[in-house]
Amino acid sequence: MAELVLMRKAYGEALVKLGQANPDVVVLSADVSNSDFSFMFQEAFPDRFFNVGIAEQSLVDVAAGLAYSGKIPFANTFAFLFATRALEMIRTHLCYGEANVKLMATYAGISDSFDGPTHHAITDIAILRSLPNMTVVVPGDTVAVAKLLPQVAEWKGPVYFRINRNEVPVLFDDTYQPVIGKAVRLRSGKDVTILCCGLMVSRSLEAAQKLAEQGIQAGVTEIHTIKPLDEQAILQAAQETGALVTAEEHSILGGLGGAVAEVVCDRCPVPLKRVGLADRFAETGPYATLLDHYGMAVEDIVKAAQKAVEQKERLAQKERLAQKERLAQKEKLAQKNEL
Amino acid sequence: MYYHSDQLVREITVKAQAFRIQVLKMIYHAQSGHLGGAFSAAEILAALYFHHLQVDPANPDWPDRDRLLFSKGHACAMLYTALAYRGFFPVEELLTFRQFNSRLQGHPDRIKTPGVEMCAGPLGHGIAVGVGMALAQKMKGIKPSSGSAPSARASAGRVYIVLGDGEINAGVIWEGALAAAKYRLGNLTAILDYNGIQQTGATADVLPTEPIADKWEAFGWHVQEIHGHNVGEILNALDRADEVHARPSMIIARTTKGKGVSFMEYDHRWHGMIPNQEQYEKALAELEEGLKKWQN
Repeated sequence: MAELVLMRKAYGEALVKLGQANPDVVVLSADVSNSDFSFMFQEAFPDRFFNVGIAEQSLVDVAAGLAYSGKIPFANTFAFLFATRALEMIRTHLCYGEANVKLMATYAGISDSFDGPTHHAITDIAILRSLPNMTVVVPGDTVAVAKLLPQVAEWKGPVYFRINRNEVPVLFDDTYQPVIGKAVRLRSGKDVTILCCGLMVSRSLEAAQKLAEQGIQAGVTEIHTIKPLDEQAILQAAQETGALVTAEEHSILGGLGGAVAEVVCDRCPVPLKRVGLADRFAETGPYATLLDHYGMAVEDIVKAAQKAVEQKERLAQKERLAQKERLAQKEKLAQKNEL
Repeated sequence: MYYHSDQLVREITVKAQAFRIQVLKMIYHAQSGHLGGAFSAAEILAALYFHHLQVDPANPDWPDRDRLLFSKGHACAMLYTALAYRGFFPVEELLTFRQFNSRLQGHPDRIKTPGVEMCAGPLGHGIAVGVGMALAQKMKGIKPSSGSAPSARASAGRVYIVLGDGEINAGVIWEGALAAAKYRLGNLTAILDYNGIQQTGATADVLPTEPIADKWEAFGWHVQEIHGHNVGEILNALDRADEVHARPSMIIARTTKGKGVSFMEYDHRWHGMIPNQEQYEKALAELEEGLKKWQN
């Protein structure tokens, strides 16, 4: 079992480092700095930290004003509040007005499990990625947070950065070199590729191991950037393995699964199974229990991969039969002509 | 009391009235736009762009400029007119307002239009965005003055926000107002174009906001109330607001919606209605008559 580390603490540490490296970085909070660990930045740089109170619309607007004046604001609050309450501010100023604001969306997915569905963010990826000019990044572990955050600061334009509330397995070491917009192939496999993000990366790797034991060679590719999507990597996976699974801590509507479906439907249709929360709200409970119960268990990924492979084989079988029939027809025609 | 010469006051008043004529032509030409709230803001914008604001049309991104956030974005025909006459883009371009392929979008677009500081239209953004800008300006601190080039300025620019009175129905206005007071933003001034009318009726009926001055005072702002078509009062109030330290300033400018055209004044239907030819000609004649009065 991999070591578990608190993702938001890794975030707080990375934020302080960013503050040291770049004097234009400022941090804003809607009074949840001890939840999201941006208080670490506040302690290090009190003059560059602004708590605007429990006012998420103002949070985004104030950040936009700072960005329009040359600062690089990192605005912090819960993911669902950015994606729902402050959405118009994000659309108007960050996306349309091109304000260079970084949205640090904490408590993402169902990671704030005990606070219940009011605090879960299960549609945020779908909402944010539908906005022109927005970039959506979902780090897979604490190493990813530390490696991606400086790139977020350098990235031109608004970024939605999705942070888990809880202790998450450490997957990567220093050799991990993620680049915004580029998928990361973590495991090769010829039968099916699992495309995943966030916490579901670790569960996808576990699933791939189980599948291997059953004789299914599953590749695992991390899509930490949902937008701009690495279409090349997705099409390559579709071509090479002919079957895809997406795994995300999000509704199966419109998130990573939706984004992948759009690409493969257009350009390389292959069987695709989406693992995530079915179109419904979860409930209060322990995080792992909720993930397992609401369709995001390792076993759900395994089943999805099996189904994708079966479907691929069925389609291949069908194609073989169709081809046989076409050949038979051709021969019949040839015989007729000879007569 | 501050002194502004009669000549200056008259010049700016004439400009404001000329702007109304321009705006009427733009909106009639486009057959689309918002007249009432543009007319009520004419003197406010003319006073800002033709006397008070330190801006440089040749260098619209000058970091130490004053910033004007036109938060009641629907009335932007007046903003575009003020910007064009101030030299940010050619006056001839104004008739492309709301046309395809124009830099002058239906609502303000800070990317497309030189001089526009904030995208607006969805109401309520001005104060909170202004707070962010004022914080950034404050962080720059006071700079040593050097030379006389426009880029040499002793202090970072101030932030001005023009609000509509219907607009302050929006909750984010008050979120921003609290933040402005918390951060003691003496470098931020808001002007409330208080014409008493919003899209479907009187502000007093739609969502009562009185006592309006008391509200802003209670939120920690320095408050002045003025006649919003009296250029002398506007200029004085802007000067006084600049001298307020450690508190944001609110200038409540009592105005008339549809100001300058008898049949548009006080009538909420002229929020977004387009005049027919007969109404257009009558409105134009009234505005031109008003202009002559001030020119003589």
